Amino acid sequence: MTTINSSSRPRTGRVLTYALVVALALAIAVPVAWVLLASLKQKSEFFGSPWTLPKGLHFQNYVDAFVTAHMGQYFLTSVFVTVLGLVFVLAVSVPAAYVIARYEFRGRRVVETALLAGLFVNVNYIVVPIFLMLVDWDRALVDVFPGGFFIDNPSVLSLVYAATSIPFTIYLLTAYFRSIPVEYEEAAALDGASRFRIMTQVMLPMARPAVTTVILFNFLAYWNDFIIALTLLPGEGKTLQVGLLNLFTAQKAAADYGRLYAGMVIVIVPVLLVYAVIQRRLIEGMASGGVKG
Amino acid sequence: MTTLSSPPPGSTNRTSEPAPPTGRSRRRRGARAPARRRGNTGFVLACLLPALVLFAVFMIVPTLNVFRMSLYTWSGFSPDMRFVGLDNFSRLLDDQQFVRAFQNTVALLVVVTVVTMGMGLFLAAIMTRQRLRARNLYRFILYIPNVLSVVVIAAVFSAVYDQENGLLNGTLRLLSLDGLQQVWLGDQKIVVYSVATAMVWQSLGYYMVLYMASMSSIPEELYEASALDGASPTRQFFAITLPLIWQSLRTTLTFFIMSAVNLSFVLVRAMTGGGPDGSSDVLLNYMYKQAYTNSSYGYGMAIGVVIFAFSFLVSLLVSRATRREPLQF
Repeated sequence: MTTINSSSRPRTGRVLTYALVVALALAIAVPVAWVLLASLKQKSEFFGSPWTLPKGLHFQNYVDAFVTAHMGQYFLTSVFVTVLGLVFVLAVSVPAAYVIARYEFRGRRVVETALLAGLFVNVNYIVVPIFLMLVDWDRALVDVFPGGFFIDNPSVLSLVYAATSIPFTIYLLTAYFRSIPVEYEEAAALDGASRFRIMTQVMLPMARPAVTTVILFNFLAYWNDFIIALTLLPGEGKTLQVGLLNLFTAQKAAADYGRLYAGMVIVIVPVLLVYAVIQRRLIEGMASGGVKG
Repeated sequence: MTTLSSPPPGSTNRTSEPAPPTGRSRRRRGARAPARRRGNTGFVLACLLPALVLFAVFMIVPTLNVFRMSLYTWSGFSPDMRFVGLDNFSRLLDDQQFVRAFQNTVALLVVVTVVTMGMGLFLAAIMTRQRLRARNLYRFILYIPNVLSVVVIAAVFSAVYDQENGLLNGTLRLLSLDGLQQVWLGDQKIVVYSVATAMVWQSLGYYMVLYMASMSSIPEELYEASALDGASPTRQFFAITLPLIWQSLRTTLTFFIMSAVNLSFVLVRAMTGGGPDGSSDVLLNYMYKQAYTNSSYGYGMAIGVVIFAFSFLVSLLVSRATRREPLQF
């Protein structure tokens, strides 16, 4: 630590900057903590000063949110969609990234350029055509699946999640695969390992840091998504985010906040827990180029 | 980019397959990457195809469709799809609601970019230069909004802004500043700034961490030398820190513009729905309204094309305007 000089001006400056950092941290922590606390309040407690603490632990809000507002069921849908999406994206991206990084083939440059361009295509623009396309497919298959197959299908949602994160995932994995020395694969090949074995049992374990980063970022993207889920699951089955939005609209109209706050906590807490556990990795991953909005 | 694409040796060099015409470049590299060309084709295809098919079906085709559909009038579910050329685009110019959405998008972009990047830079500089106590705790807290979903952020801010029982007005009452109370999301004049605040809240920590990463690679000696010359921390920031992280600043600026267009949309959609009376509509929000609510898919997609062109152009302009000779350290 370098103390530049001890005149009073930098010191007041330091106090001021310190105060600013604290103020900003409070501006972020207070609303979040406030929601957590408010989720335990009874209906009558929502009126008057927002700074009053809840009188008791009113867990009925949670029961209402989980059961009556179906947040428990939506939670399971979200878990399913997120996990399956991660499985899909890894299953298709790891092999693709590997051959792009290691094999020379015709059209590789085209593939790489297309994927790079894909980084700039935001899903918000293309949800409408995706939705219309799936509606079309459903219409074409109406004889086989009268109830429709592609719309309102959580697995299809996972597939769309996976597809839209392919450019980012392959981009990150390819860069990492390229940084691993070829000698390991050569040695494995001398021992008679097949190409598939080299990929899955030599390279994949070595790429674990990159795979973890990819899982983290995609987990946050899938778990937090709401636009694609809103569009592709218009029926009863919803994800947590869409469920929260509905709860939000309904409870605001009814001026009944308890269930809404409990619902918010149900959405916030898992992701905060994950963040607390992996924050170092997440921030490192971000700094090393795993940038995604 | 180096290609380390030599397949494992020990395999026999089977080149009996006649090289296709386009394979010439491959043959040239073949000196470094010999062998197993034939067997590889199957392997490469098997590895590549699933990803490429998914990518093509759910990204390339829909993207092309946005452009194609913008040239038609179409209600989406009827087969009646009429080609109108650029009519959708010329209609946009007379659409007051579109102009409003465009202005809001620009206002949000400017305000949010200036505030977020300014504050992000400032915070990052403090956090890296001044060894704050509990620095990691602040970093942890400031990054929290970035892991929250936009719906959560919208819900939190709606609760904070709530006219009667919200945290903001309640606090103002508590401080006897009743006069400052506002209908934060219901006043046409301030609703855009209420949304802007939520956007800054969401992205500040993210950019702070990014800048911290690039600042931490600046060698300490530069600061020590300039401190000996009597440079104040403020001066050091402008003379050393800022020029040295300029490149990463540029990159994030472009990136920020792209993501702010999207973030504003989701926040507006969840917080205000574009209201009151369309006063907080942003471009993407208006596109959705036209497509889904109004069933004017062609018109909606024309707006999509405009957004795409707009964010692309702005990024390009910004990237041009901020070009400097890269500095080394």
